[in-house]
Amino acid sequence: MADFQEQIGNLCPEAQFDASGEFLLVTVPDEKWHDLATALKNEMHFDYLTALVGVDWKEELGVMYYLTNTETQDMIHVKVATTDREQPRLHSVSDLWAVANYQEREVFDFYGIEFINHPDMRRFFLRNDWVGYPLRKDYDESPEKNPIRLDDEQNEDDTYRLVEDENGNVTRVDGKVFEDEEYVINVGPQHPSTHGVMRYRASIEGELVKKVDVVSGYIHRGIEKMCESLTYPQTLLYTERLDYMSAHINRHCLCLCIEKAMGLEVPRRAEIIRMTMDELMRLSSHLLSYGCLTMDQGATTAFFYGFRERELIYDIFDKTCGARMSMSYMTIGGVVADVHPDFIKDVRNCCDVVTEKLKEYHKLFSGNVIAVNRMKGVGILGKEDAINYAVTGPSGRASGCHCDVRKCHPYSLYNEVDFDEVILENGDSMDRYMVRMKEMEECIKILRQCCDMLEAEGIEGEYIAKVPKLIKLPAGHWYQQVEGSRGAFGVYLESDGDPKPFQKPYRLHFQSPCFNLVGVVDLTCKDNLIADLITITASIDYVIPDIDR
Amino acid sequence: MEVKIKSMKHEDFKDNEYIDKLVEELNASGTNVVVGKLDQLINWGISNSLWPFCFGTSCCAIEFMCLGAARYDMARFGFEVARNSPRQADYIMCQGTITYRMAPALKRLYEQMAEPKYVIACGACTVSGGPFKNSYCVVKGVDEIIPVDVYLPGCPPRPEAMFYALMQLQRKIKVQKFFGGVNRKEKRKEFFESKQVAPTVEQAQDSTIENLNNQE
Repeated sequence: MADFQEQIGNLCPEAQFDASGEFLLVTVPDEKWHDLATALKNEMHFDYLTALVGVDWKEELGVMYYLTNTETQDMIHVKVATTDREQPRLHSVSDLWAVANYQEREVFDFYGIEFINHPDMRRFFLRNDWVGYPLRKDYDESPEKNPIRLDDEQNEDDTYRLVEDENGNVTRVDGKVFEDEEYVINVGPQHPSTHGVMRYRASIEGELVKKVDVVSGYIHRGIEKMCESLTYPQTLLYTERLDYMSAHINRHCLCLCIEKAMGLEVPRRAEIIRMTMDELMRLSSHLLSYGCLTMDQGATTAFFYGFRERELIYDIFDKTCGARMSMSYMTIGGVVADVHPDFIKDVRNCCDVVTEKLKEYHKLFSGNVIAVNRMKGVGILGKEDAINYAVTGPSGRASGCHCDVRKCHPYSLYNEVDFDEVILENGDSMDRYMVRMKEMEECIKILRQCCDMLEAEGIEGEYIAKVPKLIKLPAGHWYQQVEGSRGAFGVYLESDGDPKPFQKPYRLHFQSPCFNLVGVVDLTCKDNLIADLITITASIDYVIPDIDR
Repeated sequence: MEVKIKSMKHEDFKDNEYIDKLVEELNASGTNVVVGKLDQLINWGISNSLWPFCFGTSCCAIEFMCLGAARYDMARFGFEVARNSPRQADYIMCQGTITYRMAPALKRLYEQMAEPKYVIACGACTVSGGPFKNSYCVVKGVDEIIPVDVYLPGCPPRPEAMFYALMQLQRKIKVQKFFGGVNRKEKRKEFFESKQVAPTVEQAQDSTIENLNNQE
């Protein structure tokens, strides 16, 4: 850590350091930020922008950047802020890390911070006629300001950018997303193949896609804002409604983050149960994505096969947690109840059945000539682009990235189990599909080990730690990431150390993997057939409520 | 009169007083034999081949997919032909939260559906806003924008609960009247007026037809 401090100090003498947290915190003034960012990326190899979190610190508005070096897996974070609340402006880093493009638009949407030199400064989640910036602490929530509007949005094509010249003068340049002569096709928001309410506007030439504009926010529920008015245990429920296909995993992440902040030790048995649930969830999610990907290409039988095996996993959840979806099982300090007596037997049975059925899946679909023609060599995402766009999870690993959080930053008991990180090279739709199929086998491998570990612990045991009734965190901020079904899911938690009995998070940000995944739709679909837009997006496999939050 | 549907016994439903009251109300001034029989025939047809419109925005949609898959198999009751186009569907099952940005799209999809059309509010979010009630951009129940026939709570509801809701809809359809008596369109007009929403395409068309009739 001291090493980084010296290096950054040489690059930017104005930088201030704080090494007391989990990662080194660097505070830089905005004028120096872009130069430092360039040096961080090119000289110190911080090529993966893990998270970009906008925060309103009342006296100043700003952004936290979490950066990772993909070679050594070192992390640092940088704080850049401005005191101007009327017209807050920061410098964009979207030219360095492509993922920042959408992330900065999100910050603009929530906090009204404009990014200088950002190519396309539009709102991301909310309607373009929305009044105010909802995540600011002084936001006026009265319904008169923003009633339910039942008319269409006007001037959707309008955008602008802020251009800075050599003398530091910033001017506003208006522009259009699509030119008048472009032929634009609308897909969504209600379309069976977008897997939810996502909307694309694709400009095409003949049958080839030239540009895709992602219009998101059709399921934006403002979860981050709502969390700021709830106590810590209450915020847990929203994590399951982000990516509902990795409900346990997301909840696990927030629990881990709060436990880290409290300094709470979780019983070993609870951690094993949590890990088992995580892997079951991942298995169920991959089965669903198999079903949906195949159905999007017209293979309805495969869809039924995928769902047949998912019911086994649902039954396990149902027995132990009492619900099929949105289980609300994990809690701060452990899990809410011990597992059902049949749990281990059921999990083992499920492993055996799925192992057997996987062969059937491959027979049915993987070698099928239609599947091969539609997926092989289509929608290629190279390794550098994958890192640049911060694509993680199965889609990132299909491009050859070593990005499994379970391996890079082991959490829970993942360093005790033996499994392989599935990495393929081509980065096309076929590889993204194959990574999932192979990962299911790895899931089963982990699940079997979990069963052994759980058996070694005995039938009953301590499944929850002693947790104070009122949870109070010291002032500070924490970042925790886990490997969700679709990539690295992160939680940024900031507490102001409020001494009141019911302490609420000052800022809670969910860094969702799907948000980054949707960022590469434009890149991967370019110069492909419009019909392949569906297979590419299906193979990237995102969940819309996770993007929109 | 007992309302009978094929898939579940009358006494197994928990809210028979409500449907009995509805029948009583509808038949208060008696029913014409011919028209009544015609109604029965039409209702028998509609209630046994309800085609859903896939409108899933979040979690509930996954449970709805389970409903269509092999274990629950909604095809047993005639619900199987899930349509992706509103023009071909009989009812819209709102699965998942409706946000301010989605509201105009939902309204338009509803307007595009052909008569007779029904709405099921599936899941806590569509009933009342559910866990997102305090949000700045979530519609607090779809009945703020479109009229709802059946409310189905749960977050998300189990597939069994979805069946129950669909059967409730079947029962409602069994007692509806096409000829004379009660007019669904009239009620809908009242609904939209009470919500003070700008006149829809459909209403605008209705009023032009009325004007034409008056001129004649």
